[in-house]
Amino acid sequence: MVPPSYFMGLSAVLFCIGVLGVLLRRNIIIIFMSIELMLNAVNLAFVALSRAWGNVDGQAIVFFVMTVAAAEAAVGLGIILMIFRNRETVNADEINLMRW
Amino acid sequence: MPLLPFLFLAALSIIFAAGVILQRHPVHSLLSLVLTLVVIGILFIGLDATTVGFLQMIVYAGAIKVLFLFVIWLLNLQSQPIEGGHLALKFVGALGSAALIAELLVFVLHLPPPVGHSKPLALDYGSIGKLAQGLFTDYLVAFEVTSILLLVGVVGAVALARRTTAGSAPGGAP
Amino acid sequence: MLIELLIGAIKAIIVLLMVLNLSAILLWFERKGSALIQDRIGANRAAITGVGRRLGLPNLGFVNTLMADPLKLFTKEDFVPAGADKFLHALAPFLAMFPVLITFAVVPFGDTLIIGDRHINLQAANLNVAALYILATIGLGVYGVALGGWASNNRWALLGGIRATAQMISYELAMGLAIVSVVMTYGTLDLQEMCRAQGGVWFGWLPRWGIFVQPVAFLLLLTAGMAETKRVPFDLPEGESELIAGYFTEYSGGKQAVFMLVDFAEIVLVSALITTFFFGGWQFPWLYPDGFHLPGGAFFALPNVAVAIIGIISFTVKVVAFCWLQILARWTLPRFRYDQLMRLGWKGLLPVALANVVVTACVIVLGGV
Repeated sequence: MVPPSYFMGLSAVLFCIGVLGVLLRRNIIIIFMSIELMLNAVNLAFVALSRAWGNVDGQAIVFFVMTVAAAEAAVGLGIILMIFRNRETVNADEINLMRW
Repeated sequence: MPLLPFLFLAALSIIFAAGVILQRHPVHSLLSLVLTLVVIGILFIGLDATTVGFLQMIVYAGAIKVLFLFVIWLLNLQSQPIEGGHLALKFVGALGSAALIAELLVFVLHLPPPVGHSKPLALDYGSIGKLAQGLFTDYLVAFEVTSILLLVGVVGAVALARRTTAGSAPGGAP
Repeated sequence: MLIELLIGAIKAIIVLLMVLNLSAILLWFERKGSALIQDRIGANRAAITGVGRRLGLPNLGFVNTLMADPLKLFTKEDFVPAGADKFLHALAPFLAMFPVLITFAVVPFGDTLIIGDRHINLQAANLNVAALYILATIGLGVYGVALGGWASNNRWALLGGIRATAQMISYELAMGLAIVSVVMTYGTLDLQEMCRAQGGVWFGWLPRWGIFVQPVAFLLLLTAGMAETKRVPFDLPEGESELIAGYFTEYSGGKQAVFMLVDFAEIVLVSALITTFFFGGWQFPWLYPDGFHLPGGAFFALPNVAVAIIGIISFTVKVVAFCWLQILARWTLPRFRYDQLMRLGWKGLLPVALANVVVTACVIVLGGV
């Protein structure tokens, strides 16, 4: 029987890999994927704790995270598409119009 | 879930997750991400959350990631070296991540086991019926709001990605 | 414990061999079927030492398609185009094959077989969320085709891959909703339970098969399933006159053989799913676990082994019949245009499938079924 803390540890590692991806990569699509990775790391923690407590609340949250991620992917990819059409780049450093 | 399968799946998920940020080509990154998601789905199933585990594979790995694939193809992204950005940012990122990981691990490994841990699981734990019961009673409002969110997402995506040709007014026939 | 494992392994191997052999025979089936429809003779070469001819039998070319074709394909040069992503190019056919084959694990091919005091459930894996599992594997099946098209570094292949992905994603929705309405009808996600629920009769003679309860879902699943297999009239991803061979343009030799086998295994899969959901799976009309109860009241007792064997044969015959139906459709109908394909998927099948789910829910709630 694996204790829930192991799952939390794995979740933490995956989350940090996601954070690193956002910080290190400049390709906006890969940044987006890293965000998805972080969402999933959190999902893992939710499911592990839901199992530990023996109720389905954590699973319900995971369900909502999935739907929100679907909506986020649709809109986010739409935005990336528009940015690419207007500026011909997916490099996050070159998209700096709204930066002060 | 027994320890050995857990360690195997955990190692796989970490390797694939590292692949997401280390691969040069976006398609390879995406493939790594899909594999990570599948492995996480299997971990869910190992945690008796069968329905959510399969939903993870259907919705996340099978549907949302295909959208990413389409966009990568559409933009015709080629492989690019992992560089750019500021060195300082990289350094701070690595340091911060290491600190975060250490902190989380220390915190997590010293966590006392939850109170409910010893309680035996309900027989239908993780079944679609149990999940649906939760969704349609305790989380009913959130559930309905999510459906509106998805609708808004669809409309937003269409509105964003739609190409209006020079001659036609926005809202006219494309 | 060991004997349980052994039984599980034997069941898995039987299912795998049944599927692979049926897929290979379908190759011959299709050649002969197309020839029949187009008033040709079809494959008629390569008899082993002319045995058939010496006996005065017509040569059906069975050996030709079953042995000569694979031999030819597997001895051909395995060509990888310049600039291709070598790893993904090699991986893609297997990525396409794997989900299709593992889906069969949850399809029941017979009722419980009793040997001694051991009850063997004739199903490779008894999963209580089998319907979700099927949707998950079908969803993951997209990647093999998509990456095969992309990794070839060929425009036709990429176009074929894009078309295939868009088509499969679109029709997965209708397929999923059709399966949802079936699941609602039987109140279970377990395919073996579904098959058991289809035993018995209405009015004393009509088998309780799903087709009589969910005819709309049957048509939806058949149409969406044919679209998932990417064959005429839905064969735009590999339309020869437009894209050479679509996503597998740049494949040759063994890898191409695997892609072809995937096509046929998918046909078998769709047939097996339709049989399980709507035609009682292994149920044979008026056959019960203890023997035949004919509508007139006559009764023939049968031992358990005989019932199990009749069940397996019944399942196989139904699956082959639906394979035949799909091959018939392929050689009868013309290809869609791409906009027609998308319109059928999103404006035709999806609303009908949604309406079917709503009607099913209303009937269940109001009728208290």
